[in-house]
Amino acid sequence: MSISITTAFEEQQKYPKGRSLWQLAWHRLKKDRSAILCASIIIFYALIAVLTKFGLLAHPWDQVVGEQYQPPSLEKVELWLGTDIFGRSVLYKTIHGTKLAMSVGLVVSVMSVPVGIFFGAMAGYFGKWVDEFVVWFYTTLSSIPNIMLLLAIAIAVGKGTSAIYISLCATSWIGLARVMRGEFIKHKNRDYVVAANSLGATHASKIFKHILPNVSHFVILNFSLQFMSAIKAEVILSFLGLGARGEPSWGVMIDDAKLELARGVWWQLASATGAMFFIVLAFNIFGDSLRDALDPKIK
Amino acid sequence: MVIFFLRRLVGSIPIIFGVALVVFILFHVVGGDPALQMVGKHATLQQIADIRREYGLDKPLYVQFFKYLQEIITFDFGRSYATRQQISEMIYKGIGPSLSLAFPAFLITTLLSVIIGLVVAYFRGSWIDKLTVIFCVIGMSIPSLGYILFGQYILAYQLNMFPISGFDYDIFGRIQYIILPLIIWVFLSVGYDVRFYRTALIEETNQDYVRTARAKGLSEPKVFFKHVLKNTMVPIVTNIVLEIPLLILGAFLLESFFSIPGLGYITIDALNNSDLPVIKAMATITSLLYIFGNIMTDVVYMLVDPRVKLQ
Repeated sequence: MSISITTAFEEQQKYPKGRSLWQLAWHRLKKDRSAILCASIIIFYALIAVLTKFGLLAHPWDQVVGEQYQPPSLEKVELWLGTDIFGRSVLYKTIHGTKLAMSVGLVVSVMSVPVGIFFGAMAGYFGKWVDEFVVWFYTTLSSIPNIMLLLAIAIAVGKGTSAIYISLCATSWIGLARVMRGEFIKHKNRDYVVAANSLGATHASKIFKHILPNVSHFVILNFSLQFMSAIKAEVILSFLGLGARGEPSWGVMIDDAKLELARGVWWQLASATGAMFFIVLAFNIFGDSLRDALDPKIK
Repeated sequence: MVIFFLRRLVGSIPIIFGVALVVFILFHVVGGDPALQMVGKHATLQQIADIRREYGLDKPLYVQFFKYLQEIITFDFGRSYATRQQISEMIYKGIGPSLSLAFPAFLITTLLSVIIGLVVAYFRGSWIDKLTVIFCVIGMSIPSLGYILFGQYILAYQLNMFPISGFDYDIFGRIQYIILPLIIWVFLSVGYDVRFYRTALIEETNQDYVRTARAKGLSEPKVFFKHVLKNTMVPIVTNIVLEIPLLILGAFLLESFFSIPGLGYITIDALNNSDLPVIKAMATITSLLYIFGNIMTDVVYMLVDPRVKLQ
């Protein structure tokens, strides 16, 4: 009688390798064609923004390239989308608007991550009066309707691009903080955390090394949502005159379009609205696919 | 239930206090000198001093804060800087037009989105579903400004179907002015709502009790409309109730573009005139409304979901 002894290693080799949440998500995303399309659109916009920032694309936007209100034509590249009231190229202005929108989106979303995680984790993990304070704080801030708060901050800080950054950053962390708080409350008493505790893990270790990786998919989701909201908010703020002054912005272009429409000039409105539409749509669809991909319950 | 309501009211006092604190800090502390903001940098010293005295800005901060708290409780926010009217008067005058746009818009949006949401969730996966979702996502992605400008340009200007802007205080006269902003409002909100209701309904249909109901032999319509719908009422109603207080704020942009003299219009106007007292008052009121809306949501929760007891 021969006894075959298999080592643990060989046992493990017989079974297919398990997939982590991230690997599963990546695998699903790769298969999802609309998600790939939207991600490409987002990357395309980001590329344009970066190139413009370094002056490699659409460089002098305030140069007069034609007569005022020239309709779109195929003569020169600059005239593809026509000109505005000062004869400047609408195409170039739209591209610069992209730079502004993407940088506002990026800065605000990146800012919201550490702040949101910090407040959410503190509140959820430590509980009691820390929790009370944080909840009071963000409930207060979110009781003021978003537009109103943005307006108030923009007035207080003075009009201009920094007003947009400050007001958007001040409100963007709240959503993530809420979610993080809920998640931390849930995970705080889970077995693996209790086990870590019994091994002598410090608070910091438990928060960052153990719980945080398990809730980080919410961070990614929130990031894409925030990016989109920031772009929309920037357009509205600029439109109301509270935003960027010296540089072109989609909101300002749409504001100008108000007067232009009466003269039958539609191209500035169309390009700003169109540019904004595609990036917001891309984020919407991508965000949905991302959420579905990261959902462990969908088999 | 009344006790619950009162309890929540009392519980919201620290929030109201917090909101007052934030608004106060924004307007009186962070924002530089409010007097300068209102009068502009080129005013004479005498004008600035007058403004200071009138709005009590020369008193120490804590006195100003108490005055502000008083204003909140008595609902008398003083005078507007730009129009010299009593702000509370302006608010009363503004509520009518705001509501005549907001209320029908709210009703129509809710009805439409619930119905469409139901239909789409019932036929989930079919082409109706997919097409509708696509439309909703597209609808959500177009900036509201785009809708407004295109709507005004094409429907009002080119095709002359509606007046471009304006308002009539007469009950029936106002209808023609409301229609276009109404359509735009509905278009804007339906996309988001339908997707939300659809998701809620579909999640509900994946529950175990639905499987049981089907196994029992219940027809699909019965399963859907009798069981699933009832249980989805909670998120649906929550969404609806949360939207109510914001109605009075009346879609800032819509009112501003269509010159409907409602609360949103007043706020945007005040913004352009740097009329700080009005903006402050509006910020306060909208927050109070929102907090109240949250409390109402909880009360409705309690009514709709028997599992929720008083905490």
